[in-house]
Amino acid sequence: MSDTLVPAPMAAPSPLEQFLARQERIGTLRFLTCGSVDDGKSTLIGRLLYDTKLIFDDTLATLERDSARHGTAGEDIDFALLVDGLEAEREQGITIDVAYRFFTTDKRRFIVADTPGHEQYTRNMATGASNADLAVVLVDARQGVLTQTKRHSFIVSLLGIRHVVLAVNKIDLVGFSEARFNQIRAEYEAAVRDLGFRTLTAIPMSARFGDNVIAASERTPWYDGPSLLRLLETIDVNADAEEKPFRMPVQWVNRPNLDFRGYAGTISSGSIRPGDRVTVAASGRSSTVARIVTMDGDMDRAGAGSAVTITLADQIDISRGDVLTTAEAPVAVTDKFDAHVVWLSEHTLFPGRSYIIKLGSRSVSGSIARIRHRIDINTFEQVGADTLGMNDVAAVNITLTAPIAVERFADNHDLGGFIVIDRLTNATVGVGMVETAVQASTNIVWHDLAVDRDARAALKGQRPVAIWFTGLSGAGKSTVANLVDRKLHALGRHTFILDGDNVRHGLNRDLGFSEADRVENIRRAAEAAKLMVDAGLIVLVSFISPYRSDREAARERFEQGEFLEAFVDTSIDECRRRDPKGLYARADQGLIRNFTGVSAPYEAPDHPDLHLDTGKATAEELADRVVADLRRRAIIA
Amino acid sequence: MSDRLSHLKRLENESIHIIREVVAECRAPVFLYSIGKDSTVMLHLAMKAFYPSKPLFPLMHIDTGWKFREMIAFRDAAVQRLGLHLIVHSNEEGRRQGINPFDHGGYYTHAMKTEALKAAMKLYGFDAAFGGARRDEEKSRAKERVFSFRTAAQEWDPKNQRPEFWQLYNGRMNQRESIRVFPLSNWTELDIWHYIMLEKLDIVPLYFAAERPVVTRDGSLIVVHDKRMRLLPGETPEMRLVRFRSLGCYPLTAAHESPAATLPEIVAEMFTARTSERGGRLIDRDEKDSMEKKKREGYF
Repeated sequence: MSDTLVPAPMAAPSPLEQFLARQERIGTLRFLTCGSVDDGKSTLIGRLLYDTKLIFDDTLATLERDSARHGTAGEDIDFALLVDGLEAEREQGITIDVAYRFFTTDKRRFIVADTPGHEQYTRNMATGASNADLAVVLVDARQGVLTQTKRHSFIVSLLGIRHVVLAVNKIDLVGFSEARFNQIRAEYEAAVRDLGFRTLTAIPMSARFGDNVIAASERTPWYDGPSLLRLLETIDVNADAEEKPFRMPVQWVNRPNLDFRGYAGTISSGSIRPGDRVTVAASGRSSTVARIVTMDGDMDRAGAGSAVTITLADQIDISRGDVLTTAEAPVAVTDKFDAHVVWLSEHTLFPGRSYIIKLGSRSVSGSIARIRHRIDINTFEQVGADTLGMNDVAAVNITLTAPIAVERFADNHDLGGFIVIDRLTNATVGVGMVETAVQASTNIVWHDLAVDRDARAALKGQRPVAIWFTGLSGAGKSTVANLVDRKLHALGRHTFILDGDNVRHGLNRDLGFSEADRVENIRRAAEAAKLMVDAGLIVLVSFISPYRSDREAARERFEQGEFLEAFVDTSIDECRRRDPKGLYARADQGLIRNFTGVSAPYEAPDHPDLHLDTGKATAEELADRVVADLRRRAIIA
Repeated sequence: MSDRLSHLKRLENESIHIIREVVAECRAPVFLYSIGKDSTVMLHLAMKAFYPSKPLFPLMHIDTGWKFREMIAFRDAAVQRLGLHLIVHSNEEGRRQGINPFDHGGYYTHAMKTEALKAAMKLYGFDAAFGGARRDEEKSRAKERVFSFRTAAQEWDPKNQRPEFWQLYNGRMNQRESIRVFPLSNWTELDIWHYIMLEKLDIVPLYFAAERPVVTRDGSLIVVHDKRMRLLPGETPEMRLVRFRSLGCYPLTAAHESPAATLPEIVAEMFTARTSERGGRLIDRDEKDSMEKKKREGYF
């Protein structure tokens, strides 16, 4: 089995077969069009398809009809309607999401992503850029380089694109002016000087009338460079991944029967042969490749891009998320790395908040521990930032809850590119590119404690646990927690209380009530509770902790069964009526900002381990229920 | 990008990667098998993805009751040959009510395909469904993600799709939400035919030219397939040498005149074709933007 699909030799190949065989050999270029709104991105693609005669008759008939109806090109065909396929796009005359189009010439085949220009839809533009080899950045010759031109150039550079065409479009509207063209080119070249593009070609163009799109235009005699199509057909964008060391993230373990154990995955870089030594990145265990299995027969060699199933000579523990590498060039395994992120969500990013990070075939919990700086899109300057909003780009430190195999994005897109997933909505809220991986745990070594926490707890005749009381201010968290504490103490149990108000006076006294500070407040409380659980204690934590994701992040620091969420459920009206500290009254007067339930949200737990409804039972009864529950869970005898 | 792999091999690898990712990330995937050429290629890729294991998901066919006999026979033979599990699901209520493509137009497709699919997804609790749609087929499909998220009501929100990067797919979802997955997103119609040719895949014989009884209706050639076909006044079936480029429910799928009786002849014909692939699918002409509308409601 070779790397190509070739039919078994039969009679002499027909002209058709020869043609198809040649088509098989020509390369594919994936590119995108980007730039600001109304710079003519969709029009350019329409023009490319039309002039390369790749529009079917019935599609063209529909296009002519639609042009008359929605078109913005007067009597002419509005090519943008070819790619703006969504109803909303056609009605509003804008591009909302990326569209993929396919065309082939006798030199190359192309997949082009037409991406939206509006800032609001930057994430869709980034989606289109992530799989492209080249970017065509359009500018309107009348407008010149805009903020959005720079934003898109920066994002395509971050996502790894190294080849850019600057299409100075609508050149007809500036009288085919060479001076204007040179001015825009100089301005753009200066703006993107530090973005690491390997090639940058500026072309004067009129997408609407086809100047310099397919062929050189007579109306720009002063321009002696290639037409766009000519450039796309000939540019060399190859970054040969096979020259790099072998890497394969394991997607899935194939076990059809007891005699076969194969590791399925797509080879990310390098190549492999039976007999080669391979190492599992995380465990460092090594073995030898026995077979490279495919349905078409075993391969004697497989290279980057191949989706294969590998069997090894030895039984070693490998599962989804592991990375196979060569023994000679291992990959960093770490729970901390530096990265660039593009934030894609309308929900603000707070450092310390827990998200799912997916990198390669691995998904782990982690957080953006620190924002080193945000990058101003207009000037590319570094500016300080505590939080990130939608479309912000920043350099950050990432911390994960488990070490994983990581490479620099510049070296390997598969092991250096990651997405950030919201724990509650599961939406993809960020995309990141690893800059440097910090080798795991070289800076902080966890001492293996000789007396472990089970031993400490056993001595106390209990199992350690953190009970996390959450609820509105005035709900009765501290009241119930104190009663539980007294009852457990009376039973001879070892306990401790961490109360939000008290902790804020000491450990957390530097924190305020912004969303970012609340995240950090909870993180510290959870870490403190975790240390006490390790000491074998029953810890009663009473914190408003209004955000679900923060409570989930707290839960994650604990072992299974060592964290119980207790929802002290009291209606806002009742809390306001009680108002033991007079806080609601002050919040209502606007004297306290970001007050939970008044001017900041409270996200009630969906499935708390303990639901303590203060409307249906007294604090005393609720405390008894908590103690009974601890017995039921065999935390206390 | 590496030019060392041939074009089709790259597409094959990409699709296998996608199919494996779904099995690794989703709880209960299902393979929507529509029996056509794209389904045939996708099924072949699924066999390759898990070899020597079999695909770890069932196949499901949404049977409207109006498919060509040759399609059903092909389906049953393929499933048996490969040793796979097939679920056939129909909107039984719709059948009892006699909903049919002649009387009920667009509502027929909605009830017998879209609603039937949604009901089956819910009935079996599937959270991911493979579909053979390609981005080159139609303008709203050109906009769709590989992992295309569906709400708990199984609706598609084209204005608010999840961003998607590299080959890194987000398969996470909440209860009752689901994804539709399109491993063939980056294939073109020509790629499909070329691949079928090189891999020597069996396809439904209706793709090949044969003398078939047809009537001309609204400029389309409709094969008179069985007794349920309603002839309009003045229509008399005549034998013509025709074949299909795309297969659906027989009264809604137009044939075209063609002598192409072999795969190379079909491919050769594609180079001279001046109409698009779904031009023969009458349901697409139903209303303006009809594919997008159907997709938003849960159609594939």
